[in-house]
Amino acid sequence: MPKVTVDGTELEVPAGATVLQACELAGKEIPRFCYHERLSIAGNCRMCLVEVSPGPPKPQASCALPATEGQVIKTDSEMVKKAREGVMEFLLINHPLDCPICDQGGECDLQDQSVAYGRGASRYHENKRAVTDKYMGPLIKTQMTRCIHCTRCVRFSEEVAGVDEIGALYRGENMQISTYLEHAAKHELSANVIDLCPVGALTSRPYAFEARPWELKKTLSIDVSDAIGANIRLDSRGREVLRILPRVNDDVNEEWLSDKGRYQVDGLTKRRLDRPWIRRDGKLTPATWAEAFAAVASIKPGSSIAAVAGDLVDCETMFAAKTLLGALGSSLLEGRQTGMSYAADNLAAVNFNTTLAGIELADAVLIVGSHVRWEAPLLNARLRKAVKRGAKVFVVGPEYDLTYKAEFLGDDAALLGKLPKHVGEAFGAAKRPAVILGGAGLAKGALGPLLALAEQWNLVRTLEDGTAWNGFNVLHMAASRMGGLMLGYAQAGGIADLVAAKPKLVLSLGADEVDYTRFAGSMVVYIGHHGDKGAHAADIILPGSAYTEKAGTYVNTEGRVQFAEKAVFAPGDAREDWTILRALADAFGVSVGFDSFEDLRAAMIAAVPALGVEGLADYGALPKADKTATAEGTIAYPIKDFYLTNPIARASATMQRCSAELIHGEDFAEAAE
Amino acid sequence: MADRYIEPDSPELRARWGNWAWTPENAAKAQEIIARYPEGRQRSAVMPLLDLAQRQVGAETQTQGWLPIPVMEVIAAQLDMPIIRVVEVATFYTMYNLVPVGRFHVQVCGTTPCMLRGSDDIIKACQQRGMKPGHTTADGLWTFTEVECMGNCASAPMVQINDDNYEDLTAERLDAVLDALARGEQPKTGTQEPGRHTVEPVGGPTTLTAMVDANHDYRGEW
Repeated sequence: MPKVTVDGTELEVPAGATVLQACELAGKEIPRFCYHERLSIAGNCRMCLVEVSPGPPKPQASCALPATEGQVIKTDSEMVKKAREGVMEFLLINHPLDCPICDQGGECDLQDQSVAYGRGASRYHENKRAVTDKYMGPLIKTQMTRCIHCTRCVRFSEEVAGVDEIGALYRGENMQISTYLEHAAKHELSANVIDLCPVGALTSRPYAFEARPWELKKTLSIDVSDAIGANIRLDSRGREVLRILPRVNDDVNEEWLSDKGRYQVDGLTKRRLDRPWIRRDGKLTPATWAEAFAAVASIKPGSSIAAVAGDLVDCETMFAAKTLLGALGSSLLEGRQTGMSYAADNLAAVNFNTTLAGIELADAVLIVGSHVRWEAPLLNARLRKAVKRGAKVFVVGPEYDLTYKAEFLGDDAALLGKLPKHVGEAFGAAKRPAVILGGAGLAKGALGPLLALAEQWNLVRTLEDGTAWNGFNVLHMAASRMGGLMLGYAQAGGIADLVAAKPKLVLSLGADEVDYTRFAGSMVVYIGHHGDKGAHAADIILPGSAYTEKAGTYVNTEGRVQFAEKAVFAPGDAREDWTILRALADAFGVSVGFDSFEDLRAAMIAAVPALGVEGLADYGALPKADKTATAEGTIAYPIKDFYLTNPIARASATMQRCSAELIHGEDFAEAAE
Repeated sequence: MADRYIEPDSPELRARWGNWAWTPENAAKAQEIIARYPEGRQRSAVMPLLDLAQRQVGAETQTQGWLPIPVMEVIAAQLDMPIIRVVEVATFYTMYNLVPVGRFHVQVCGTTPCMLRGSDDIIKACQQRGMKPGHTTADGLWTFTEVECMGNCASAPMVQINDDNYEDLTAERLDAVLDALARGEQPKTGTQEPGRHTVEPVGGPTTLTAMVDANHDYRGEW
């Protein structure tokens, strides 16, 4: 641990730290453009210059200089000030002064640092360089004249995303950042380069010229586009959420966000259910709330009522529905819409036990039936890190490009009973082995055999350093899944049990993936926010709120309980879901015991205490494996189109364009400015 | 250099170069080049392979050669590297031609020593033959580029034509060289000054004269 002196303060820094990190530890702000904590060090912007002795008598780039014993670092000397002014002046030589028409304005590193560290005025009177704009796909808008060549985007796509498609062409003053032949950036994390870009060269295409950062209200929320539960910030103005940005949470999403989580936002204003609808003579007609509640009450279901939870609902909504059903005397709850029926009595067996951050340390990984890249892009970035550290990855399932080296063993689920010898050897030798079971594997009954393998390979162990390691993981795809399982939204036989019970009334909580033809004899009451598949099949529609329009608790696939806040109000007559369920209780003439959201949340926490504590829920030990369990059938991934997996995304014009262009290969390149 | 651009990826380009492959000799040579680098570091071979490919394209088109996009793709696939990384290398180094060139790529040095020794005349002589910067003449013979210092300042002014340097030029000497090339002959490369072999002092040494015939220890005379 070297001791260094920063501006007269002596401090000890971790071995291997750079001078820049040492200065940050000392509480000094070092301006930078190219340096980024999560990317490799490039050292090409020269903005982080500091004075270091012993060393050459000139300013040094602190981001690329290791801190060593006895260094005296000055960040506030005249030399440093002059160096920063000089670098800033050079950077601004070819940077247009178009801040008033630039989308980055107000949240621009170059703008801020130019004010903080630059000279007051320019001495440059020559012509500025101009660069043709590059087409980078439907999400990234480019204005390459503004580029300062920090190469963060190049490093991100190579190192984090694992799709080498952005590069720096030509040299010197003529250097240009471009994708190969200006093809669209084709991966699920592509829009993160917009956040990384320190200037306005890469900005958001769908959000272009929408708002300035200072007029937006920021609300902390949780992403529901997959089961990772990425931490997000909703930027809203008035009644509309204009954009979604990732928040930093090293345990969940680091600081990335999938393109779907970021850009399904425009779907929140399209195809919305903003008033109740009642099916009369086979046709949905608009109604008032009073008519709708009367219609639901007239069904008089008694205890013949079932509830199906959709993929996007929060725990409070599910608990309110559960309480309502309980008051009516029913416990027909299910959340696994597509008919899966794996055992959910022990939640440790259906949890991502290694944790998202922990999987980076795994040295042997077996993925069974999961298209990780589409089901959880952020997890795929973590797995890529594990592979870079030397992990071996084996996949049972159809082949696809994982962005890292993996061995595909075949797509027959029965393979689990007769894995090739080298797989067993790799797991035998591994210190931190892990298995990941996806939805496609669960559907083929792979849970039992995999639990047996977990026992055989001793996936739950104590590591040499004394920490516990649990290498058994299930990767879900629905944001509501773990919360639903904790709240008992699982029947032994899956949704088939609900069908068999022939309920008079099916309460659909935004369930859009259910095959409603199986409930032909039931009245379907849909509480949801989008006019999607569920609403089409409904007899009565009660308009609810999307995830941005209600506070709620979400549990991600690793059992992490997280709270989201409400950013805006739901459109039109739509209400928060729990108020609808509370009103339904009145319509049915039963009591549910809560009159406010606080009451509801308190009741939920009383019933399931883990939901009240932010952080990882404790599900106990894995169940005893059934050695005779077998899986069979050909694994087929359920997601056919990454960009259109939920009703919000399907309503989003941006996601539709992404699907058409990036998945189905339609050519939109001419439309670029 | 500022005018460098990649030949657009058009159907015609694909039709002409889409099926490009190494000739048997070059395929063997490529294998030999790749084998020079340690296992797992095959990407290091990208520069020699691009050069080899440019020469093969040159042989096929009777020019100095250039690098069409499909050719770069072949090399990227052979070295198992992302195509954008190959394009980065090819666009960085000006010795890789990104667009078709003529039979002779005339690169005239215009940096200070050559300029002082008359490179303006050389450029004018080139222009009289219809050469323009970054442009190939209609007969497909000449492509003209003005470049920066090529390290022949002692025999300035100079031009580089394909693989050879022609130094100590005047407009007349350049005309002789270009005429010979146009006739298909190979003129004398290097210095064009009669009696000069390489870059030894013109008219005999003026300093260190005692060293001409034998070694001489000057230290006592300082």
